[in-house]
Amino acid sequence: MAVNQSVSKRRNAGNSGQEGVKFWDKIDARVMTVISFIVGILFWAGISSFPQVGAVLVGPGKVAQAFVSELQSGSLYSNISISLFRVLCGFALGLVAAIPVAFLMGWYGLFRNIVEPWIQFFRTIPPIALIPLVIVAFGVGEGAKVTVIFVASFLVMVITIYQGVRNVDPTLIKAAKVLGATDKDIFFEVVVPASFPYILVGVRLGLASALTTLVAAELTGASAGLGDMIEEASIYFRMDLVLLGIVLIGIIGFVLDRGVLFLERKLTGWQEVRKN
Amino acid sequence: MAGSQEKLRENIVNNRIEIKNLSKIYQARTGQLVALQDVNLDIADNEFVCVVGPSGCGKTTLLNIIAGLEKQTEGSVLVDGKPINGPGRERGVVFQQYALFPWKTVLKNVEFGLKLKGLGKQERQEKAERYLELVGLKDFAHAYPKELSGGMRQRVAIARAYAVEPEVLLMDEPFGAVDAQTRSQLQEELLQTWQTEKRTCFFITHDVEEAVILAQRVIIMSARPGRVKEIIPVDIPYPRDQATKLSSEFVEIKNEIWSKVYREYLEVKK
Repeated sequence: MAVNQSVSKRRNAGNSGQEGVKFWDKIDARVMTVISFIVGILFWAGISSFPQVGAVLVGPGKVAQAFVSELQSGSLYSNISISLFRVLCGFALGLVAAIPVAFLMGWYGLFRNIVEPWIQFFRTIPPIALIPLVIVAFGVGEGAKVTVIFVASFLVMVITIYQGVRNVDPTLIKAAKVLGATDKDIFFEVVVPASFPYILVGVRLGLASALTTLVAAELTGASAGLGDMIEEASIYFRMDLVLLGIVLIGIIGFVLDRGVLFLERKLTGWQEVRKN
Repeated sequence: MAGSQEKLRENIVNNRIEIKNLSKIYQARTGQLVALQDVNLDIADNEFVCVVGPSGCGKTTLLNIIAGLEKQTEGSVLVDGKPINGPGRERGVVFQQYALFPWKTVLKNVEFGLKLKGLGKQERQEKAERYLELVGLKDFAHAYPKELSGGMRQRVAIARAYAVEPEVLLMDEPFGAVDAQTRSQLQEELLQTWQTEKRTCFFITHDVEEAVILAQRVIIMSARPGRVKEIIPVDIPYPRDQATKLSSEFVEIKNEIWSKVYREYLEVKK
């Protein structure tokens, strides 16, 4: 025991300084994230203290003030909730549509050959380009925004999930067959669980694209929402509000992404992943 | 009457697998590829045969056809006198790449075939646990495959194949991916299991030593197109263990087979 300790001590002494374990390798990942954020905010405060920069890029203090006043007036709450509603509606519809379409594409060659070219075609069109068309068709109400977000997230998710279905290890399908699995068993017991990690990757990408499209949709004519808040604030040159909107969108995206990552760890812990 | 029925039964039991004039031709872009040509082979009930041959000689194709995962171009394969029509649970397969379902625990993997068979929860768990005990992995029932070593994963795969109680066990280089020590251990365990749970075993390997320690008969296949070149009986009594590998009898048979396989290997190089 004592010998072991002295050996490990010596090893540590040898490592710190030259090679192997650096001191920053020992810091917890979460602590590192917090440090990174603090440094980022300090940097922001630093450069915004220059008057030429500060006129446009206002400091974090002013943004925090704007946050408090908007929160008290209640408009922030309604802007966030309407934006979240649009994102989550469009995204949820996209996911509900993407899963069956992706599985059908992966499973039936005929369906794949008919549908895939259309998906590839629409995928190259930025969803924002659809906005004028959608506005004419659905008006400027919620339907228009949700539709655009739906299209954007659907296209991203359907491709990712379809890849997952195609990538199912054929040996696993063979293994199920020789154990007496029918086509239905293979689908529900092998293909669905095997492509589950891809569904979660699709969800992450889909959420990101839903959020990007949201702001674009709201910038082009909306009566509420974070994108609209940014748009309106820029007219009155309220840079604190513009930045507040930007930061909030970033935070929402970050939190949603972390949520999906958490789900991924919970639900697909069986996956073999590279350590570190 | 009773006598003739008895005789009929004996006949069926005696030849579990009958392969007649079997050929498999793949249509490749560059032309035809003859993987198997006129293969004839009978495997008796409860017999342990090993197939050796240079890579690309169609060993796996032969196994896949018996398993029902591929269809032959010509000839027939009869299992218990009946032609094969797709995979069936009376023919279990152990794959080289383990092919465990990574999202299922060890126990659920072994239970899977029983679940498909329609067994109740209680019954299939009991059965799965019994087979896990047989391969020495009872304590790992609730682990996921990623937590196991290669040797342990292959034990789970063997338990999974055994659990549905197939009459024929088809194994495609099952120990090809594990280290030498684990391999010897798995060989001994497999022999023990085979002796207690009598099954017909069709075992593919490229390791001649492995073939001789396991099999009652070693089938040497020729280089492409794959044919049965020679069948060599291994008349060494069971139980066999690592010490058997040192006996002069063993070494003699091994060398004989090895030189024949090597000749085929040279054919491939040409």
